[in-house]
Amino acid sequence: MKTARPRRSRPPSRLPKCPTGIQGLDEITGGGLPRGRPTLVCGGAGCGKTLFAAEFLVRGVVQFNEPGVFMTFEETAVELRANVASLGFDLASLERQEKILIDHVHVERSEIHETGDYDLEGLFVRLNLAIDSIGAKRVVLDTLEALFAGLPNEAILRAELRRLFRWLKDKGVTAIITAERGREQLTRHGMEEYVSDCVILLDHRVNNQIATRHLRVVKYRGALHGTNEFPFLIGEKGISVLPITSLALNHKVPEGRIPTGIPRLDAMLGGRGFFRGSSILLTGTPGTGKTIVSANFAQAAGRRGERVLFVSFEESPDQLIRNMLSIGLRLEPLVRRGLLRFHSARPSLYGLEMHLATLFKEIATFRPHIVIVDPVTSLMEAGTDFEGKAMVTRLIDYLKAQQITSLFTSLTQGGHALQQSEASMSSLMDAWLLLQDFEGNGERNRVLYVLKARGMAHSNQIREFLISNRGIDLVDAYIGPSGVLTGSARAAQDSREQAEALTRQQEAGRRKQELQRHRASLERQIDGLKSEHEAGTDELRQIDEQVGVQTRLLSAERTELGRLRQADVPTVPVSRRIRQTKSAQHSP
Amino acid sequence: MKKRPPRTSIRAVRDPVNPWPLRTCVLRLFVAGASVRSHQAILRVRELCANELKGQCALEVIDIYQQPGLARDSQILATPTLIREFPRPIRRLIGNLTNQAQLLAGLDLGSVREAALR
Repeated sequence: MKTARPRRSRPPSRLPKCPTGIQGLDEITGGGLPRGRPTLVCGGAGCGKTLFAAEFLVRGVVQFNEPGVFMTFEETAVELRANVASLGFDLASLERQEKILIDHVHVERSEIHETGDYDLEGLFVRLNLAIDSIGAKRVVLDTLEALFAGLPNEAILRAELRRLFRWLKDKGVTAIITAERGREQLTRHGMEEYVSDCVILLDHRVNNQIATRHLRVVKYRGALHGTNEFPFLIGEKGISVLPITSLALNHKVPEGRIPTGIPRLDAMLGGRGFFRGSSILLTGTPGTGKTIVSANFAQAAGRRGERVLFVSFEESPDQLIRNMLSIGLRLEPLVRRGLLRFHSARPSLYGLEMHLATLFKEIATFRPHIVIVDPVTSLMEAGTDFEGKAMVTRLIDYLKAQQITSLFTSLTQGGHALQQSEASMSSLMDAWLLLQDFEGNGERNRVLYVLKARGMAHSNQIREFLISNRGIDLVDAYIGPSGVLTGSARAAQDSREQAEALTRQQEAGRRKQELQRHRASLERQIDGLKSEHEAGTDELRQIDEQVGVQTRLLSAERTELGRLRQADVPTVPVSRRIRQTKSAQHSP
Repeated sequence: MKKRPPRTSIRAVRDPVNPWPLRTCVLRLFVAGASVRSHQAILRVRELCANELKGQCALEVIDIYQQPGLARDSQILATPTLIREFPRPIRRLIGNLTNQAQLLAGLDLGSVREAALR
């Protein structure tokens, strides 16, 4: 009794949903189409209604094991199979497995004569047979509007359609009904009157000669849904809707750091390079070495054994490899080892969406650790500014979600105004390196700044950027009272400073010798004085000894005399008398 | 005595190009169950076979509820549908056949008689 309904614990108000499996659509609709109800997909000619419906069925079978019936009113089964085969769907094999059933309803006005009252029970019976024979959970009716062209009596038709949708709901199948876009209504024949649960509008617009497909969920009864227009594309693997705004900023961030391949640059970035999984922008005027920095980054990654996808919109892979060889970067071995893959395409080859889709596909198959886009600006030129930014946002979001480090180079036209225009894109980036030309003294010199690097202490200083046949080197630019000096001016300043240093060194040497000489003479003087002093001390000692002997003799004499005179009063102590005699001796 | 409508020859239906010795007309009527419309259509087509076609006609009545597969194979959309399988070209008439003018125009009995004469 309890095991019967374990899933009923969800809140009852929640509408059950039927995942479409179409990339991105389930995100927008919060889980898919309303389960067990019909959904109207409308749009103009060639906007992908039939493919949308076909993908819904095929993914239903392949991913969710829900068999489906495709009832087509326009294309024959053979045509349909051929058309969806272009998206990699093999309908024929699914039909053989009895997972998909295609029923072509032939409606031809010229063959039909109306002779009285009728209903569309034939359609119901066929649909019922098809659904029951394979146990279908999904149904596509593409497109019922052919009936309006084929059957003369619109009143009967409308009544029968109403009954059909009711019947589909009762049958419990999730259905997609396609309809042609009308002039004032959503659909030409007002099908939205009957299908009231979910309406999806497809659209194909041309802007600046580049066509973009859009998808919008016009209505979704009983569920929250993204209401914006989302670009979508039909690629080799079916439809993918690319939500811009539904992507939340909550990707996981990996911790590690990755070196750039330029040790001095790593030092500028807190000593350890960029964060893994971050997005890096490299802006610069033409010829400042953006591609070279990128190639260095690629090579360093390849040497660590990481896979790099190099998307080049300017150079062919061979050209890139050859050019990089001239500065000592050997990319070819990495290509051979399958660590570096190039994806070269002209930006004008197709629209932004298609570019994005091919990139996604390339990334999904190659699974790179690092993606380099060189330059992203020429890709952005393929669309409007807004679209371009939206595309970069989506690309970055996608890469971040996959924890792939991305490096975008951006070509600026020089001057500071354009640097500002990059600001819109730079806000998406975690790190921003600026390569610049300094012109002066009849030469141009490259310099590099780290404008921003989120989450790390980075150098705020300018570095001169040298490209030689041994690769890249960063040199401290000379910053002094006369400003920033680079190139030959820096070299001249260097040699000037060297000369000055040499003079200072010689001067100091001379002074040191002089001082040493002086010190030596002083020492000699000290020695002389010392010996003089010692001589004085000796003389004193001799005098003292002499005096002592005399005193002793004297006092002995005196005692002897006294004893002889028998005197008994010793008058003045002997010592005082000696002193007196001494002073008497010196005074003359 | 009431005339019996001619019975459907299965062979005639399977091979409508060379169906049946009299070579006049092969008709198939698809109905959905025993509804009022179905009855009207069946009665009308039997009348037609008896009167206008003077019995020179093979008629098969199919209930698509009983044989849904035939509905698919014969491209049935509306019911009732009357299909003139022979003579060629195939003609389809939808509705309960109450509109006499449309019915006769749709069946194009002139060509049926012509075929019968050949």
